[in-house]
Amino acid sequence: MNAKVEPMSSPPDGVPAAQTGDEPLDLEVAYRDSHVGEVLDSLDRELVGLAPVKGRIRDIAALLLIDKLRRAVGLSSGPPALHMSFTGNPGTGKTTVAMRMAEILHRLGYVRKGHLIAVTRDDLVGQYIGHTAPKTREVLKRAMGGVLFIDEAYYLYRPENERDYGQEAIEILLQVMENQRDDLVVILAGYKDRMETFFRSNPGLSSRVAHHIDFPDYTPEELLAIARLMLERMQYQLSAPADEALREYIERRRVQPHFANARSIRNALDRARLRQASRLFERRVGAISRQELQTIEESDIRASRVLRGERP
Amino acid sequence: MNSSAVTDRAVKEKAVKDNAVAGDEQKRAKTGAARYRAGVLKYAQMGYWNPDYSPAPTDVLALFRITPQDGVEPEEAAAAVAGESSTATWTVVWTDRLTACDRYRAKAYRVDPVPGAPGQYFAYIAYDLDLFEPGSVANLTASVIGNVFGFKPLKALRLEDMRFPVAYVKTFAGPPTGIVVERERLDKFGRPLLGATVKPKLGLSGKNYGRVVYEALKGGLDFTKDDENINSQPFMHWRDRFLYCMEAINRAQAATGEVKGHYLNVTAGTMEDMYERAEFAKELGSVIVMIDLVIGYTAIQSMSRWARRNDMILHLHRAGHSTYTRQKSHGVSFRVISKWMRLAGVDHIHAGTVVGKLEGDPNSVQGFYNVLREGRNEQDLQRGIFFEQDWAGLHGVMPVASGGIHAGQMHQLLHYLGEDVVLQFGGGTIGHPMGIAAGATANRVALEAMVLARNEGRDIWNEGPQILATAAKDCAPLKAALDVWGEITFNYASTDTPDFVPTANVA
Amino acid sequence: MRVTQGTFSFLPDLTDQQIASQIEYCLGNGWAVSLEYTDDPHPRNAFWEMFGHPMFDIRDAAGVMTEVNACRKTFPNHYIKVNAFDATRGRESLRLSFIINRPAAEPGFNLVREEGPGRSVRYTTRAYATERPEGERY
Repeated sequence: MNAKVEPMSSPPDGVPAAQTGDEPLDLEVAYRDSHVGEVLDSLDRELVGLAPVKGRIRDIAALLLIDKLRRAVGLSSGPPALHMSFTGNPGTGKTTVAMRMAEILHRLGYVRKGHLIAVTRDDLVGQYIGHTAPKTREVLKRAMGGVLFIDEAYYLYRPENERDYGQEAIEILLQVMENQRDDLVVILAGYKDRMETFFRSNPGLSSRVAHHIDFPDYTPEELLAIARLMLERMQYQLSAPADEALREYIERRRVQPHFANARSIRNALDRARLRQASRLFERRVGAISRQELQTIEESDIRASRVLRGERP
Repeated sequence: MNSSAVTDRAVKEKAVKDNAVAGDEQKRAKTGAARYRAGVLKYAQMGYWNPDYSPAPTDVLALFRITPQDGVEPEEAAAAVAGESSTATWTVVWTDRLTACDRYRAKAYRVDPVPGAPGQYFAYIAYDLDLFEPGSVANLTASVIGNVFGFKPLKALRLEDMRFPVAYVKTFAGPPTGIVVERERLDKFGRPLLGATVKPKLGLSGKNYGRVVYEALKGGLDFTKDDENINSQPFMHWRDRFLYCMEAINRAQAATGEVKGHYLNVTAGTMEDMYERAEFAKELGSVIVMIDLVIGYTAIQSMSRWARRNDMILHLHRAGHSTYTRQKSHGVSFRVISKWMRLAGVDHIHAGTVVGKLEGDPNSVQGFYNVLREGRNEQDLQRGIFFEQDWAGLHGVMPVASGGIHAGQMHQLLHYLGEDVVLQFGGGTIGHPMGIAAGATANRVALEAMVLARNEGRDIWNEGPQILATAAKDCAPLKAALDVWGEITFNYASTDTPDFVPTANVA
Repeated sequence: MRVTQGTFSFLPDLTDQQIASQIEYCLGNGWAVSLEYTDDPHPRNAFWEMFGHPMFDIRDAAGVMTEVNACRKTFPNHYIKVNAFDATRGRESLRLSFIINRPAAEPGFNLVREEGPGRSVRYTTRAYATERPEGERY
């Protein structure tokens, strides 16, 4: 009565059917056929900085590719552990990288569909007795075949409240992480220190997480590059003085409270666009050029409370 | 005698010359007083040829294949068809001027040579909606095919396709049950239904007849069927047939736990007889009754109303259709009959098998099936569908594939005909070497194995024979069926194929 | 006897892998899969009990198989079927329905005849099992 679907029983795409002899396998061909390279390249291209993260992702992809080849020639090391933890401050790219990870796992045949379901405690834990198990199962059912991303996972565990229903969710989660490794990959995410505490008090969970990836804060240079990339995608550009103003803005903002890396940059740019629009609207007499429509000026940045010395 | 022959020839020559010299003049509609001067005008001159007309969304459209007599211009022939199927007569009548005759006149608006068929033309004709009585196939057909098919200036004439505006479609109630509700009533989803016609088609007594029904249904078929000419004959009175069939159906239902049915043919000499037979079928608890196309369009619509009032599935056997559907140059295409029958309101109609013993080019047959089943048809020249047709929520008709098919063709049948179809294996069930029930089981197992494989993503077109062979390992009746009929095919050239020029694909 | 309702009842009982690949086909078509169970297999019993709602947002058969296993565990001796619902305009009905669990022994149906005038007979089909109360039938 075991309901396991067995997609792994047939060799994944691009890997020759079981070879037992010594004929060499072409790693390059297997790599190319998996199209994992495209995902890694786009990760490099589209995400600024994050060098250690990209390195780890590359390592994991290599491990999985080799594991596939090993299984194709009959070398068994048991199915690889795939559950992960992504730690880092808000806005450091954890969700984005998780989506790419899902795609990589899909292309290598480790998850069947490759979608990502992102949830928090509220999606898993109920309000009263008997509420939590169905809620958690519902989420797990939707995530089957893909990646379940649990943000701020430590909220599942509330040691101060003995009767907290979060424990029930953790137990169901553990069962699935252990028994249905072919069906689902779980990524737990959150602040680094709090995740460490969380893992210490939940050794069962900790022991099932094979890969820990830490997302460092962005440097001011990286944040500026992210800002330029975001503006480019929205078809805006910074005037030279505006660029300088933004640099100053970033220096100040990142040491203030509630700084959320790329997310804070996006918010700042949204506000700058608003100001640019008001500025253009104010002087609506006369023609307006395409150049003006796409340029953020210094004043659009400098009007920020951060640069005026106020609290954001 | 001689001199008269000469005169005849002179007249003919003059006519041809007139045509050549005044060709354009003769194709142009006359207007004002000149149009209504007493005498004989060309149909084109009377306004039935109008190449500038762009059809209104509320027009009924018809496409005819015309074969004009020698010397008759295609535009004039098209105009004549438009005229004779709407307001015209052979001469000018002043009483036209008492009517909004410009509106009532049908307009031939386009003539194309038929690809690969010299001397034949496709003529497009538009009819104003006011020309037709709402909800009457009899009235529709009395206009469109009423007089015009015997018209002398044409060697041959065929109605290829029609387009009905939504406003007109909405005046018909359509199929009383429809594919979706039929499946819900029968609790059968995701696979073609299976049927068989009781054989021999004539001569069995009621009791022997019921035996065939019982064995076939118990063995795994969903339906059995009376043949088109089983009505009430000396060897079997209709009441006797109905009673024995119902005993067989109920026994089979109890033996399998499934809903079963037998198409009780209520075709008779008068409407009164048909109603009496249908009422009796209802009293006995039958889920379906059957009529033949030969009872006529009005009788079909009456039986459709009866079926709707009595929650009965209505099966139509297309008895007689080949007399006018089969030849390409003359008659009415079956795709038009399919459209009329969807409007008239039947739930099942025999529409071809592609692979069986009866006429059926794959593309044409798929065209019929699409017309019967889809909520909307796009233009599809390859399948002979010239017009878009929005069915405006009218239920779909379940096509029935019957005639010379067997379990060994299951992959081809599923490939060509899809899921919403009744596959009828008469000989392929009753002629089974291990008996009727075994024949039914062979068909059902072959079908379920093929659907299972298709859903699993297997290439049933190429792997079909292996899939059947594998299924036969667990099913001796299927093995026997494949051994007896596995190689039987009916490969003859089709007479009714769509004529079209493939256009290059942009992609 | 064997109740042959459902699309694949004439085949040997489907394995879990076969069930999962049929579910995969349904999900691939955008249909919502649901489970129903009963201990009254009368051919016109249109409303089997629902085992939860139709599952609308599932991407992979493994998600449905979780419920299949739970249902079989709860009702090991009932009839259980997998349904696939298609919400497309003009269909809005089931597209596939097949039995995946059945009682170990199926006693079948009794056909009751009530003779009427003119040789007509009124028929009633009754499952032998339904002579006992719901839940104690198989």
